[in-house]
Amino acid sequence: MPKLAHPFGALRIAFILALSLAVSLFSLSVYGVEPDEVLPDPQQEAIARDISKQLRCVVCQNQSIDDSDASIAKDMRLKVRELVVQGQDADAIKGYFVERYGNYVLLRPPFDASTALLWLMPIILLLVAAGGIVVALMRRKQSAKSNAVAPLSADEQARLDALLKQESK
Amino acid sequence: MMRWLFFLPLAVFAVLVGLWLWGLNPERDPKALPSQLIDKAMPAFALPALEGSGSPALASADLADGQVKLINFFASWCVPCRAEHPHLETLAKESNLPIHGIAWRDEPDATLAWLNNLGNPYTRIGVDQKNAVGLDFGITGVPETFIIDAKGRVRYRQQGPLNPRNINTVIIPLVVALRKEAEEAS
Repeated sequence: MPKLAHPFGALRIAFILALSLAVSLFSLSVYGVEPDEVLPDPQQEAIARDISKQLRCVVCQNQSIDDSDASIAKDMRLKVRELVVQGQDADAIKGYFVERYGNYVLLRPPFDASTALLWLMPIILLLVAAGGIVVALMRRKQSAKSNAVAPLSADEQARLDALLKQESK
Repeated sequence: MMRWLFFLPLAVFAVLVGLWLWGLNPERDPKALPSQLIDKAMPAFALPALEGSGSPALASADLADGQVKLINFFASWCVPCRAEHPHLETLAKESNLPIHGIAWRDEPDATLAWLNNLGNPYTRIGVDQKNAVGLDFGITGVPETFIIDAKGRVRYRQQGPLNPRNINTVIIPLVVALRKEAEEAS
Protein backbone atom coordinates (compact mmCIF):
# COMPACT_ATOMS: atom_id res chain seq x y z
CA MET A 1 0.00 0.00 0.00
CA PRO A 2 1.52 3.38 -0.97
CA LYS A 3 2.40 5.67 1.87
CA LEU A 4 -0.03 8.55 2.35
CA ALA A 5 1.26 12.09 2.13
CA HIS A 6 1.41 13.87 5.44
CA PRO A 7 -2.11 15.15 6.09
CA PHE A 8 -0.78 18.51 7.36
CA GLY A 9 1.78 18.97 4.57
CA ALA A 10 0.01 21.87 2.89
CA LEU A 11 -0.80 23.47 6.21
CA ARG A 12 2.82 23.21 7.31
CA ILE A 13 4.07 24.82 4.11
CA ALA A 14 1.55 27.63 4.54
CA PHE A 15 2.75 28.10 8.11
CA ILE A 16 6.41 28.29 7.04
CA LEU A 17 5.53 30.79 4.31
CA ALA A 18 3.58 32.93 6.75
CA LEU A 19 6.45 32.79 9.24
CA SER A 20 9.09 33.79 6.69
CA LEU A 21 6.85 36.60 5.48
CA ALA A 22 6.45 37.82 9.05
CA VAL A 23 10.22 37.64 9.63
CA SER A 24 11.02 39.53 6.43
CA LEU A 25 8.43 42.20 7.19
CA PHE A 26 9.75 42.56 10.71
CA SER A 27 13.33 42.93 9.51
CA LEU A 28 12.27 45.92 7.38
CA SER A 29 11.40 47.85 10.49
CA VAL A 30 14.81 47.44 12.16
CA TYR A 31 16.79 50.67 12.41
CA GLY A 32 20.11 51.70 13.83
CA VAL A 33 18.48 54.18 16.19
CA GLU A 34 18.87 53.05 19.78
CA PRO A 35 16.29 53.85 22.47
CA ASP A 36 18.66 56.08 24.48
CA GLU A 37 19.13 58.35 21.46
CA VAL A 38 15.46 59.17 20.94
CA LEU A 39 14.54 62.77 21.74
CA PRO A 40 11.77 63.34 24.28
CA ASP A 41 9.91 65.67 21.91
CA PRO A 42 8.31 63.47 19.20
CA GLN A 43 8.19 66.36 16.73
CA GLN A 44 11.92 67.05 17.04
CA GLU A 45 12.59 63.30 16.88
CA ALA A 46 10.63 63.10 13.61
CA ILE A 47 12.71 65.93 12.14
CA ALA A 48 15.92 64.23 13.28
CA ARG A 49 14.81 60.91 11.79
CA ASP A 50 14.01 62.58 8.50
CA ILE A 51 17.45 64.23 8.34
CA SER A 52 19.20 61.00 9.41
CA LYS A 53 17.61 59.15 6.51
CA GLN A 54 19.22 61.58 4.06
CA LEU A 55 22.73 61.32 5.50
CA ARG A 56 25.08 58.58 4.41
CA CYS A 57 27.02 56.62 6.97
CA VAL A 58 30.67 57.40 6.18
CA VAL A 59 31.93 53.87 6.79
CA CYS A 60 29.11 51.74 5.39
CA GLN A 61 28.71 53.25 1.91
CA ASN A 62 25.08 52.60 1.07
CA GLN A 63 23.36 52.86 4.42
CA SER A 64 21.91 55.99 5.88
CA ILE A 65 22.98 56.84 9.42
CA ASP A 66 19.39 56.07 10.40
CA ASP A 67 19.89 52.44 9.29
CA SER A 68 23.46 51.92 10.31
CA ASP A 69 24.79 50.18 13.38
CA ALA A 70 28.27 51.67 13.06
CA SER A 71 29.51 53.61 16.07
CA ILE A 72 30.36 56.62 13.92
CA ALA A 73 26.79 56.63 12.56
CA LYS A 74 25.59 56.74 16.16
CA ASP A 75 27.82 59.76 16.80
CA MET A 76 26.37 61.42 13.72
CA ARG A 77 22.78 60.69 14.82
CA LEU A 78 23.50 62.18 18.22
CA LYS A 79 25.00 65.26 16.55
CA VAL A 80 21.91 65.61 14.32
CA ARG A 81 19.70 65.50 17.41
CA GLU A 82 21.92 67.95 19.26
CA LEU A 83 21.62 70.41 16.36
CA VAL A 84 17.85 69.83 16.05
CA VAL A 85 17.43 70.64 19.74
CA GLN A 86 19.49 73.79 19.17
CA GLY A 87 16.82 74.77 16.65
CA GLN A 88 18.84 74.47 13.44
CA ASP A 89 16.90 73.65 10.28
CA ALA A 90 17.45 70.63 8.04
CA ASP A 91 19.57 72.47 5.46
CA ALA A 92 21.89 73.89 8.13
CA ILE A 93 22.31 70.45 9.70
CA LYS A 94 23.04 68.78 6.37
CA GLY A 95 25.44 71.65 5.63
CA TYR A 96 27.23 70.92 8.90
CA PHE A 97 28.01 67.39 7.73
CA VAL A 98 28.81 68.41 4.13
CA GLU A 99 31.38 70.85 5.51
CA ARG A 100 33.13 67.97 7.25
CA TYR A 101 32.61 65.02 4.90
CA GLY A 102 31.77 66.62 1.54
CA ASN A 103 28.78 65.89 -0.69
CA TYR A 104 29.56 62.21 -0.20
CA VAL A 105 27.59 62.35 3.02
CA LEU A 106 24.36 63.22 1.21
CA LEU A 107 22.46 60.22 -0.12
CA ARG A 108 20.89 62.56 -2.68
CA PRO A 109 23.81 64.58 -4.08
CA PRO A 110 23.06 68.14 -5.25
CA PHE A 111 23.11 69.06 -8.93
CA ASP A 112 26.43 70.71 -9.77
CA ALA A 113 29.25 70.44 -12.30
CA SER A 114 30.65 67.22 -10.84
CA THR A 115 27.27 65.47 -10.61
CA ALA A 116 25.69 66.83 -13.81
CA LEU A 117 26.58 63.69 -15.77
CA LEU A 118 25.12 61.50 -13.03
CA TRP A 119 21.81 63.34 -12.97
CA LEU A 120 21.52 63.89 -16.73
CA MET A 121 22.57 60.41 -17.83
CA PRO A 122 18.99 58.97 -17.90
CA ILE A 123 17.81 61.87 -20.09
CA ILE A 124 20.88 61.58 -22.34
CA LEU A 125 20.36 57.84 -22.77
CA LEU A 126 16.67 58.38 -23.49
CA LEU A 127 17.49 60.96 -26.17
CA VAL A 128 20.15 58.72 -27.74
CA ALA A 129 17.71 55.80 -27.84
CA ALA A 130 14.92 57.96 -29.29
CA GLY A 131 17.33 59.34 -31.89
CA GLY A 132 18.36 55.80 -32.84
CA ILE A 133 14.73 54.76 -33.30
CA VAL A 134 13.96 57.83 -35.44
CA VAL A 135 17.01 57.21 -37.66
CA ALA A 136 16.11 53.53 -38.04
CA LEU A 137 12.49 54.34 -38.96
CA MET A 138 13.58 56.96 -41.49
CA ARG A 139 15.99 54.51 -43.09
CA ARG A 140 13.29 51.88 -43.32
CA LYS A 141 10.94 54.34 -45.00
CA GLN A 142 13.63 55.41 -47.46
CA SER A 143 14.56 51.86 -48.41
CA ALA A 144 10.86 51.02 -48.86
CA LYS A 145 10.59 53.96 -51.25
CA SER A 146 13.67 52.96 -53.27
CA ASN A 147 12.41 49.38 -53.54
CA ALA A 148 9.07 50.54 -54.94
CA VAL A 149 8.43 49.45 -58.57
CA ALA A 150 8.88 52.28 -61.03
CA PRO A 151 6.07 52.68 -63.61
CA LEU A 152 6.80 51.16 -67.02
CA SER A 153 8.25 53.37 -69.69
CA ALA A 154 6.38 53.73 -73.05
CA ASP A 155 8.89 51.36 -74.68
CA GLU A 156 8.42 48.69 -71.98
CA GLN A 157 4.67 49.08 -72.18
CA ALA A 158 4.77 48.47 -75.93
CA ARG A 159 6.85 45.30 -75.46
CA LEU A 160 4.53 44.04 -72.79
CA ASP A 161 1.50 44.66 -74.99
CA ALA A 162 3.18 42.76 -77.83
CA LEU A 163 3.93 39.79 -75.54
CA LEU A 164 0.41 39.72 -74.20
CA LYS A 165 -0.98 39.81 -77.76
CA GLN A 166 1.24 36.88 -78.70
CA GLU A 167 -0.02 34.93 -75.66
CA SER A 168 -3.67 35.46 -76.48
CA LYS A 169 -3.21 34.20 -80.06
CA MET B 1 24.61 50.09 -44.34
CA MET B 2 27.37 51.78 -42.47
CA ARG B 3 30.28 49.44 -41.71
CA TRP B 4 31.42 51.09 -38.48
CA LEU B 5 28.16 50.18 -36.75
CA PHE B 6 29.35 46.59 -36.95
CA PHE B 7 32.20 47.40 -34.54
CA LEU B 8 30.06 49.32 -32.06
CA PRO B 9 29.49 46.35 -29.68
CA LEU B 10 33.24 45.73 -29.66
CA ALA B 11 33.90 49.40 -28.81
CA VAL B 12 31.33 49.30 -25.98
CA PHE B 13 32.95 46.13 -24.67
CA ALA B 14 36.39 47.75 -24.77
CA VAL B 15 35.09 50.69 -22.70
CA LEU B 16 33.60 48.26 -20.18
CA VAL B 17 36.89 46.34 -19.93
CA GLY B 18 38.62 49.65 -19.23
CA LEU B 19 36.16 50.38 -16.42
CA TRP B 20 36.63 46.91 -14.94
CA LEU B 21 40.41 47.24 -14.98
CA TRP B 22 40.11 50.62 -13.27
CA GLY B 23 37.80 49.05 -10.67
CA LEU B 24 40.16 46.13 -10.05
CA ASN B 25 43.25 48.28 -9.56
CA PRO B 26 44.56 47.25 -6.12
CA GLU B 27 45.94 50.77 -5.53
CA ARG B 28 42.44 52.24 -5.71
CA ASP B 29 40.60 52.42 -2.39
CA PRO B 30 36.86 52.74 -3.04
CA LYS B 31 36.36 53.76 0.58
CA ALA B 32 38.80 56.67 0.38
CA LEU B 33 36.98 59.86 1.15
CA PRO B 34 38.89 63.04 0.33
CA SER B 35 39.26 65.33 3.33
CA GLN B 36 37.31 68.58 3.17
CA LEU B 37 39.97 70.24 5.32
CA ILE B 38 42.88 70.23 2.88
CA ASP B 39 44.47 73.70 2.78
CA LYS B 40 42.01 74.97 5.39
CA ALA B 41 42.70 75.93 8.98
CA MET B 42 42.38 73.00 11.34
CA PRO B 43 39.21 73.07 13.43
CA ALA B 44 39.49 74.79 16.83
CA PHE B 45 39.37 72.38 19.74
CA ALA B 46 40.56 71.87 23.30
CA LEU B 47 40.79 68.35 24.68
CA PRO B 48 41.64 67.18 28.20
CA ALA B 49 44.94 65.41 28.90
CA LEU B 50 45.29 61.67 29.43
CA GLU B 51 45.88 61.45 33.18
CA GLY B 52 49.05 59.55 34.03
CA SER B 53 50.52 59.58 30.52
CA GLY B 54 52.93 62.43 31.26
CA SER B 55 51.92 64.12 27.98
CA PRO B 56 50.21 67.51 28.32
CA ALA B 57 46.69 68.16 27.02
CA LEU B 58 46.06 69.03 23.38
CA ALA B 59 44.29 72.15 22.13
CA SER B 60 44.42 73.83 18.73
CA ALA B 61 45.73 76.97 20.48
CA ASP B 62 48.82 75.00 21.64
CA LEU B 63 49.60 74.17 18.04
CA ALA B 64 50.00 77.77 16.82
CA ASP B 65 53.77 77.62 17.29
CA GLY B 66 54.88 77.90 13.66
CA GLN B 67 55.95 74.27 13.45
CA VAL B 68 54.94 71.49 11.08
CA LYS B 69 53.37 68.61 13.03
CA LEU B 70 51.34 65.44 12.84
CA ILE B 71 48.01 64.82 14.53
CA ASN B 72 47.30 61.13 14.87
CA PHE B 73 43.88 59.77 15.85
CA PHE B 74 44.21 56.41 17.55
CA ALA B 75 42.44 54.04 19.95
CA SER B 76 43.56 51.11 22.04
CA TRP B 77 40.80 48.91 20.59
CA CYS B 78 41.94 49.53 17.02
CA VAL B 79 44.03 46.76 15.51
CA PRO B 80 45.60 48.78 12.63
CA CYS B 81 46.69 51.33 15.28
CA ARG B 82 48.66 48.56 16.93
CA ALA B 83 50.34 47.80 13.62
CA GLU B 84 51.07 51.51 13.12
CA HIS B 85 52.39 52.13 16.63
CA PRO B 86 56.01 50.93 16.27
CA HIS B 87 56.42 53.14 13.18
CA LEU B 88 55.17 56.17 15.11
CA GLU B 89 57.66 55.29 17.86
CA THR B 90 60.49 55.13 15.33
CA LEU B 91 59.41 58.39 13.71
CA ALA B 92 59.24 60.12 17.11
CA LYS B 93 62.68 58.84 18.13
CA GLU B 94 64.52 59.37 14.87
CA SER B 95 63.10 62.75 13.86
CA ASN B 96 62.25 66.01 15.56
CA LEU B 97 58.74 66.01 14.12
CA PRO B 98 56.16 66.58 16.87
CA ILE B 99 53.45 63.90 16.82
CA HIS B 100 50.29 64.75 18.73
CA GLY B 101 47.82 62.03 19.60
CA ILE B 102 44.05 62.14 19.93
CA ALA B 103 42.64 59.11 21.74
CA TRP B 104 39.39 58.61 19.87
CA ARG B 105 36.34 56.90 21.38
CA ASP B 106 38.44 55.11 23.94
CA GLU B 107 38.36 54.60 27.72
CA PRO B 108 41.23 56.65 29.23
CA ASP B 109 42.29 53.66 31.37
CA ALA B 110 42.53 51.47 28.29
CA THR B 111 44.47 54.12 26.36
CA LEU B 112 46.90 54.53 29.23
CA ALA B 113 47.46 50.79 29.61
CA TRP B 114 48.05 50.54 25.86
CA LEU B 115 50.62 53.36 25.87
CA ASN B 116 52.36 51.94 28.96
CA ASN B 117 52.57 48.63 27.17
CA LEU B 118 53.67 49.80 23.71
CA GLY B 119 55.36 53.12 24.46
CA ASN B 120 54.23 56.72 24.08
CA PRO B 121 55.39 58.49 20.91
CA TYR B 122 53.14 61.52 21.47
CA THR B 123 54.26 65.04 22.38
CA ARG B 124 50.75 65.93 23.51
CA ILE B 125 47.68 63.76 23.95
CA GLY B 126 44.03 64.85 23.88
CA VAL B 127 41.21 62.58 25.00
CA ASP B 128 38.22 62.62 22.64
CA GLN B 129 35.91 60.02 24.13
CA LYS B 130 32.73 61.38 22.51
CA ASN B 131 34.07 61.92 18.97
CA ALA B 132 33.55 65.67 19.25
CA VAL B 133 36.85 66.63 17.61
CA GLY B 134 36.87 63.57 15.35
CA LEU B 135 33.65 64.76 13.72
CA ASP B 136 35.14 68.23 13.17
CA PHE B 137 38.15 66.69 11.44
CA GLY B 138 35.80 64.56 9.35
CA ILE B 139 37.46 61.30 10.30
CA THR B 140 35.79 58.02 9.35
CA GLY B 141 37.69 55.79 11.76
CA VAL B 142 41.08 55.20 13.29
CA PRO B 143 43.93 55.44 12.62
CA GLU B 144 43.96 58.69 10.71
CA THR B 145 46.86 61.12 10.52
CA PHE B 146 46.83 64.79 9.55
CA ILE B 147 49.82 66.90 8.60
CA ILE B 148 49.44 70.43 9.93
CA ASP B 149 51.63 73.15 8.42
CA ALA B 150 53.36 76.05 10.20
CA LYS B 151 50.26 78.23 9.82
CA GLY B 152 47.97 75.65 11.38
CA ARG B 153 46.41 74.52 8.10
CA VAL B 154 45.66 70.90 7.29
CA ARG B 155 47.81 69.88 4.33
CA TYR B 156 47.43 66.12 4.17
CA ARG B 157 45.21 63.41 5.58
CA GLN B 158 46.19 59.75 5.75
CA GLN B 159 43.34 57.29 6.23
CA GLY B 160 44.53 54.02 7.68
CA PRO B 161 47.84 53.16 9.31
CA LEU B 162 51.20 54.74 8.64
CA ASN B 163 53.86 52.27 7.57
CA PRO B 164 57.51 52.60 6.55
CA ARG B 165 56.46 52.92 2.91
CA ASN B 166 54.03 55.82 3.24
CA ILE B 167 56.16 57.48 5.93
CA ASN B 168 59.19 57.52 3.62
CA THR B 169 57.43 58.29 0.36
CA VAL B 170 54.68 60.68 1.49
CA ILE B 171 54.93 61.93 5.07
CA ILE B 172 58.62 62.82 5.31
CA PRO B 173 58.93 64.46 1.85
CA LEU B 174 55.81 66.54 2.57
CA VAL B 175 57.02 67.58 6.02
CA VAL B 176 60.37 68.61 4.54
CA ALA B 177 58.61 70.61 1.82
CA LEU B 178 56.30 72.30 4.33
CA ARG B 179 59.23 73.25 6.58
CA LYS B 180 60.99 74.77 3.58
CA GLU B 181 57.81 76.63 2.65
CA ALA B 182 57.56 78.03 6.19
CA GLU B 183 61.24 79.08 6.16
CA GLU B 184 60.85 80.88 2.85
CA ALA B 185 57.74 82.66 4.09
CA SER B 186 59.41 83.96 7.24
